[in-house]
Amino acid sequence: MYLSPTPLHIPDGFLSILISILFWAISIIFVGLAICRSQKELEDRQIPLMGVMAAFIFAAQMINFPVAGGTSGHLLGGALAAITLGPWAGILVMTSVVALQGLLFQDGGLLVMGANIFNMGILTTLVGYSFYRIAIHQKKNIRLASAGIAAFLGVLAAALMTAIQLWLSGTSPAKIVFPAMLGIHSLIGIGEALITVATLGFIYKVRPTILSLQNIEEKAKKGWVIPGFTIAILVVLLSPLASTNPDGLEKVANELGFIELSQASIFEIFPDYILPIFGDGNFSNIFAGIIGLLLVGLFAYFIGKFINKRKTS
Amino acid sequence: MNASSLDRYQRAESLIHQLDPRIKILLSMLFILSNVLLPDGAAIGFFLSWMLILLINIISKLQLSFILKRSFIALPFTLAAITVIFTLPGETIAEWEIGSWVLTATDSGLLRFLSILVRSWLSVQVAILLTATTTFPDIAHSLRHLHFPKILISILSFMYRYLFVLSEEAQRLLKARAARAARIPKEKARSFLWQAKVAGNMVGQLFVRSLERSERVYSAMQARGFRGQFLTLSPHHLRNKDYLIGVIGFTLLMSIQFIQFNI
Repeated sequence: MYLSPTPLHIPDGFLSILISILFWAISIIFVGLAICRSQKELEDRQIPLMGVMAAFIFAAQMINFPVAGGTSGHLLGGALAAITLGPWAGILVMTSVVALQGLLFQDGGLLVMGANIFNMGILTTLVGYSFYRIAIHQKKNIRLASAGIAAFLGVLAAALMTAIQLWLSGTSPAKIVFPAMLGIHSLIGIGEALITVATLGFIYKVRPTILSLQNIEEKAKKGWVIPGFTIAILVVLLSPLASTNPDGLEKVANELGFIELSQASIFEIFPDYILPIFGDGNFSNIFAGIIGLLLVGLFAYFIGKFINKRKTS
Repeated sequence: MNASSLDRYQRAESLIHQLDPRIKILLSMLFILSNVLLPDGAAIGFFLSWMLILLINIISKLQLSFILKRSFIALPFTLAAITVIFTLPGETIAEWEIGSWVLTATDSGLLRFLSILVRSWLSVQVAILLTATTTFPDIAHSLRHLHFPKILISILSFMYRYLFVLSEEAQRLLKARAARAARIPKEKARSFLWQAKVAGNMVGQLFVRSLERSERVYSAMQARGFRGQFLTLSPHHLRNKDYLIGVIGFTLLMSIQFIQFNI
């Protein structure tokens, strides 16, 4: 098949409304920051570069190779994009890939696109870049190996986050979704790691300047390592825990009231005085939903305004 | 297979095709929102939403099978939700014993599962309708009117332009590999490390070609006066008709919610 939807593209209807809106907000912050930084540092030549490279990631996802058992491995590309283009450009490129897959091919939903962008666009680039950044002063083989580990952990981070979102939305129970998601994606992650390393090896051979020390250091500061590394450590610690002891996780989340909150009808979250005219019937739901979307829209608008202001000043 | 078959736009002259893309995007989002807000087992609400989709389908002069065929794309993902049948507390409707495991299907679990299935199926159909009746440049342009970040829209527009070019390039690479790899020595064919290396070289090749292409594209665009942003000759104007359809669509969605919760 041409487009194989990976188990990471969440379709609409699988996440609760609150989770969808929450992850839109988180993704908007990251993408806003990325836009901010890109506009400050890059000239207009970056736009065709990022556009064509986004198309490249999309096309590269078609190149598959057989893995044992009749399955095939292919690239997701977050780590590759982050390492070759830098983390900020990587986030923008991966965001565009996820957005276009959802908009044009229905590969991933529209209302849940914020979650998809966060999982596949932001987490994979953050983790992918930080690991490579640590190793840039090492020998080539060590750099390649750390890129492989980064690619693997990036996929695992995305899978873990997808599992968390599905679980909190009440779509799948913890004791199944964690082992299943992490199990499948530790295989997919190995494929991702191998192909990322092989691709980088090829680029080293034919275009070594792209991966040169100077070029990488120019693109982002060391501070990048911290968030990516923190996520990676969380993934390493949480994954075995989540897949072996999901009941414990469920209990903790229940006690903290996470599950109830994320599955509640959204109007229950608004205080009583906001929606009195619609009564306390379920009809208030859609108004509350619209208000939620409007809030996210306003939020995005102000971030956009802030970005434009910084650009002109 | 040529790459233009990737594009989902279906050329036709219809009310929906001519509708302002902003209204289409907003109504699609509202539809999905309304759909997600319907509670589990909201049979009337789901049925009315489906009728609305069929109505739009007929107005937009698309073949019914066109949408139906593509609407199953989200189906593999339902595997993630199937387990909810067995884990939600409720009245037992069936029990299976597999070894030492006992699977108990509950009524509320089944209801939740079917509802998730229907919700995603309906939402996908709306998204298909949107892309089948709106060209991508129009979507990108109206995202700008909706105040999406300009840089992201520019990247998306470039991406759309080169998507087909680079996909064809990838297809050529795959074809070449298939032709070369007719006779791989057995021990190599089995080793997926070797296979991964070949695939990695292909991706690397594609990377280098894309990078060089982006440089050529930039020079060419600069020669034509590109300043980092796309301009358009067809500014979108919201006409009275667009507002009217927007209001009708919104009212219909609200009525679905109203009927579901009051009958």
